Amino acid sequence: MDNRLGARGLTLAYDGSPVVDDLHLDIADGSFTVIVGPNACGKSTLLKALARVLKPRSGSVVLDGAEIASYPTREVARRLGLLPQSPLVPPGIVVEDLVARGRFAHQRLLRQWSTEDARAVSDAMRLTKVTDLADRYVDELSGGQRQRVWLAMVLAQQTSIMLLDEPTTFLDLAHQIDVLDICAELHEGGRTIVAVLHDLNQASRYATNLVVMRGGVVVAQGPPSDVMTAELVNDVFGVPCLVIPDPATGTPLVVPVDRSRRAQGVLLPQ
Amino acid sequence: MSARRATVRVGGWSLRLRPRTVAVSSLLVLAALAIAVVNLSTGDFPVPFGEVVRSLLGTASDGTGYVVRELRLPRVAVAMLVGAALGISGAIFQSLTRNPLGSPDFIGLTVGAATGGLVVMLLLGGSGLSVAAGALVGCLVTFAVIYLLAFRRGAQPVRLVLMGIGVSTMLVAFDTLLIVRAKLEGAMQAHRWLIGSVNSSTMLEVALIGGALVVLLPPLVRYGRELEMLSLGDEAAVAHGVRAERSRLVLAVISVALAAVATAVAGPIAFVALAAPQLASRLTRAPGANIGAAAAMGAFLLTASDWIGRRVLPLDLPVGVVTAALGGLYLTWLLAGEWRRGRQLV
Repeated sequence: MDNRLGARGLTLAYDGSPVVDDLHLDIADGSFTVIVGPNACGKSTLLKALARVLKPRSGSVVLDGAEIASYPTREVARRLGLLPQSPLVPPGIVVEDLVARGRFAHQRLLRQWSTEDARAVSDAMRLTKVTDLADRYVDELSGGQRQRVWLAMVLAQQTSIMLLDEPTTFLDLAHQIDVLDICAELHEGGRTIVAVLHDLNQASRYATNLVVMRGGVVVAQGPPSDVMTAELVNDVFGVPCLVIPDPATGTPLVVPVDRSRRAQGVLLPQ
Repeated sequence: MSARRATVRVGGWSLRLRPRTVAVSSLLVLAALAIAVVNLSTGDFPVPFGEVVRSLLGTASDGTGYVVRELRLPRVAVAMLVGAALGISGAIFQSLTRNPLGSPDFIGLTVGAATGGLVVMLLLGGSGLSVAAGALVGCLVTFAVIYLLAFRRGAQPVRLVLMGIGVSTMLVAFDTLLIVRAKLEGAMQAHRWLIGSVNSSTMLEVALIGGALVVLLPPLVRYGRELEMLSLGDEAAVAHGVRAERSRLVLAVISVALAAVATAVAGPIAFVALAAPQLASRLTRAPGANIGAAAAMGAFLLTASDWIGRRVLPLDLPVGVVTAALGGLYLTWLLAGEWRRGRQLV
């Protein structure tokens, strides 16, 4: 199967008018899919629906050929993991205990800690480089360390599909790269990654598949080098810009046009 | 792997325990049992410890056996069981609301039970078991009202606490109205009941609270682990395979049922549900609700308070007075501590 996860005619709403409207999307297996778009375009909402955290108003999310709502929620949790935008830190919990909670979907009342559980947790902590923090209190960690711990928890879930809702927001540049590098490593290891990101240049660098949303619909999708054009950025974000090859990677690099020149309608210094 | 956790494996089964939590809980239970034996042996008719044990085994003389088993045992047993029930109830609700003040006595459940009891006592002229039934109904109805009022896109914790405090304030006013309008004798009886006491407990009360604990234990064990996951927030809980809204409702109903039966049996006893879980988690230093330790702490607190009320102070005070006084001190200490650490409770 090429697309284990996808959306079919998905309409999502909280109370009033739809945030996402009749959306179709296939998440290619083994892809690093990054969803971008202006604030309130429905990208996080879409991610929540893909993780069955939000019930669609109409349409459906399909996982492995069946509607996601038809699975027991624990079964979904063994196939697909989600890192929410702002999960809560239980007071007084240490890193290792938090990561261990990622094993919940695999545990039973009388099988609370199998050898696989122990292995999955230590592997996850090693991959995210939090092994040394094992006995530290999570609420005393820095934002960057904490985000790696959350990643470890989702990783311990051992799902082949991972959904990440703005995993780099609130992190400084070094930690943003840290987190994205871990995601890239997981992707290279064979996992399907779907992440919502804000930074278009980072998105272009790390994504194998870019999904651009505006007003609750997908306006463009494909490899970043095809999708990320000056026209599209102007269209979707309303920001006149130049798109040049990233000197470090060759992927598209979005450079917004200077304010004074924008007023004159000229893009480049003459 | 550090020593904070220990794993017991038998074949394909495994249990994960915290040695410190097990030790703390066991010590609390032993302490509660020790005080219980003291309570069984002392009184107007002192019974030596050896005779207490023989009475419990049924080999003491008829007179001693009657005093210990019929007169003193129900009170002691009710104190322990009600304490455990309140500890569990508080642990669940504080964890669900993510707030130490989200305990049944603060968000109006105990007050709701009290109102139910008072309505039966003063308006319908009931007594004994019917007052207990009134308390039970009052507590459940109050919870239903709070839950529905707080329900919007799911029952959000802060709304639950605030709505509970609001409803509870109205109910206190209504309780006062009931007492003021009652005849003197009824008002005195109502007031005694409102303090919370295990003085007149019989085997019927033991059976009621014991039965509630036995019936609610299996769902509690089943859903207790989901309570841990809910503390990560609904999205994360669902992502890990917990049906958050259903799980929260089941846990809340268990908690409400325990608070309701406890209040029905012993009247609205203050502060045990608030303090027991907090003290337990400070002693165990474990994250999460620590339901078992909270139950042990509740049993210990109430048994100890009963002993203080009867033996240490010059007059035979109802246990509710002692828990209220201790609880007031505790709450002050808790708030002062949280402020020092720069945290806020609400």
